[in-house]
Amino acid sequence: MSAENPAAETPAVERERLPPVLLLRPLSFPFHDALATKFRLLKPWESPLPRDEFLAAHAGDARALLSFGPSPTIDAEILACLPNLELVVAFSTGVNHIDVAECRRRGIAVTNAGNAFTEDVADYAVALLIDVLRQISAADRYVRRGLWPINGDYPLGHKLGGKRVGIVGLGSIGSAVAKRLEAFGCTIQYHSRSRKPSISYKFFSDVANLAAESDVLVITCALNTETHHIINKEVMLALGKDGVIINVGRGALVDEKELVKCLMEEEIGGAGLDVFENEPAVPQELFHVDNVVLSHHKAVFTPESFQGVLEVVMGNLEAFFSDRPLLSPISE
Amino acid sequence: MESLGVLLTVPMNSYLEGELSKRCKLFRLWETPLENRWQFLRANAASIRALVGNSVVGADAEMIDALPALEIVASFSVGLDKVDLAKCRERRIRVTNTPDVLTDDVADLAIGLAIATMRRICEADRYVRSGAWKNMGDYKLSSKFSGKTIGIIGLGRIGLAIAKRAEAFDCPISYYSRSEKPHANYKYYSSVVDLAANCHILIVACALTEETRHIVNREVMDALGPKGVLVNIGRGPLVDEAELVSALLEGRLGGAGLDVFEHEPHVPEQLFGLESVVLVPHVGSGTWETRKAMADLVLGNLEAHAMNEPLLTPVL
Repeated sequence: MSAENPAAETPAVERERLPPVLLLRPLSFPFHDALATKFRLLKPWESPLPRDEFLAAHAGDARALLSFGPSPTIDAEILACLPNLELVVAFSTGVNHIDVAECRRRGIAVTNAGNAFTEDVADYAVALLIDVLRQISAADRYVRRGLWPINGDYPLGHKLGGKRVGIVGLGSIGSAVAKRLEAFGCTIQYHSRSRKPSISYKFFSDVANLAAESDVLVITCALNTETHHIINKEVMLALGKDGVIINVGRGALVDEKELVKCLMEEEIGGAGLDVFENEPAVPQELFHVDNVVLSHHKAVFTPESFQGVLEVVMGNLEAFFSDRPLLSPISE
Repeated sequence: MESLGVLLTVPMNSYLEGELSKRCKLFRLWETPLENRWQFLRANAASIRALVGNSVVGADAEMIDALPALEIVASFSVGLDKVDLAKCRERRIRVTNTPDVLTDDVADLAIGLAIATMRRICEADRYVRSGAWKNMGDYKLSSKFSGKTIGIIGLGRIGLAIAKRAEAFDCPISYYSRSEKPHANYKYYSSVVDLAANCHILIVACALTEETRHIVNREVMDALGPKGVLVNIGRGPLVDEAELVSALLEGRLGGAGLDVFEHEPHVPEQLFGLESVVLVPHVGSGTWETRKAMADLVLGNLEAHAMNEPLLTPVL
């Protein structure tokens, strides 16, 4: 059976010989069939047993766990049920929903999406920024409401060229954003846990200082205990009244209550947001303002990203079961 | 230039209007009701030596004929499709436009419209604002932008600026132009239909002339196809709008990002219900920074003319 023909059925006897992989929830997207051709998927929700009992019964088999989506969180409690677990394979770039410290303690490797999503997320961040500055979504609403003939020309927006863009987290996605925005004449600077010696962009060890010298902040860092609310009131006030925040990372990187307050009180100029603290809940105040662009966490939803992450997931599982190096282990 | 009589055709920019009012003898064409226009022009013809127009109201043959003292047309735009250049040449009227200062903004918008259309960004914003986002699993896939082939019609200043930006997304670039550009490192097509058949996103960035009217016609749109996206930041009449509407409604064309229309400010209402389009009201150069730069260029050209010095950005 090959991945090119995922819909073909694997005979039951062959399925028994496939390496077992534990899932904790159904896969909502067409990943299931491709995975089922190469792995025996253990599905607790299809069993009459409560999950804990199922896990206890299959603990021996469960060397690899597929984590799909932000829930359930892979916490110490679940890990304690799986004494033979050696690998957690995530479908996402972010692994904030996985207790990576506990995994490290237990010698469990964790892999993420690698670079599968880099380009699409970077494209999305750039598009959100252009939209906020040039008011594309707001102007589109204006046209569709028939207001152009009635109210005349749309108010002026702001030029992208020459803007100082502060990237918060210069990983692969942050670097891809930087490369794109340089072509628009933006000046790139960044904050990261540590300075990157091979990078010529200006480094700021403090996010508030970065904000004070930037016109735009693009948030592309991982969410962990250190980066929770890294974009706080101090940072937003330092960014200033014309400042724009673009968040394609995780909602909790930004103090959302404070962001809404700053937007409402015009302490910052605008925001483009693909992620929120309590998805799918979005602060309703934002529905009535024109200087924000809102998106429902879909920066990675292209056929290419889906195909790419499936290949990374399959590749990591195949490498694991044949004792080869993992493709995209997370670095800590 | 206090003695320079300047006719401003529409209230295009309050800073420009303020400066013209301070520094010249300003005549505001729109303040006279339409039925009294020619009377107004006749009454002031001897004083009007300069005209400042834009992409909406320029200087057509009738207007130029009504202004025997006209020496210079300074357009608040880079496009000169609303200026009768033949007439100006005949009358030896100088003509200036506003190139370069708006190149970046228009190119930025072209890319912004392309990604917004491919990635369905306005649709997402509509979806979230409607309160419809209740489930986490509720997603549609949209088209990736990076790496897609971009076809550019017109490789002038704006076309080149669009290409430079698209290259940062690893997009292969191809183009159509009246003639091949030897310095350009992009693939040339001598036919717009061939260009359209071989690209994913077709961006219209050429000037509107008699030759280029409806350069994007039904055949071109069919060649671009059900997965293709058209972006127009040039002039509305470059695209056969009626054919565009039916191509989009019938799914023969995948999508469109449009800043310009054949009969602005009117936009075909059949487009209002489509998720495959992004519609903006001719905002290509519409930023504070650029409009001020354009205004300063118009003022600079008028000043130079008044002082008998070389014009800054002459076309004629």
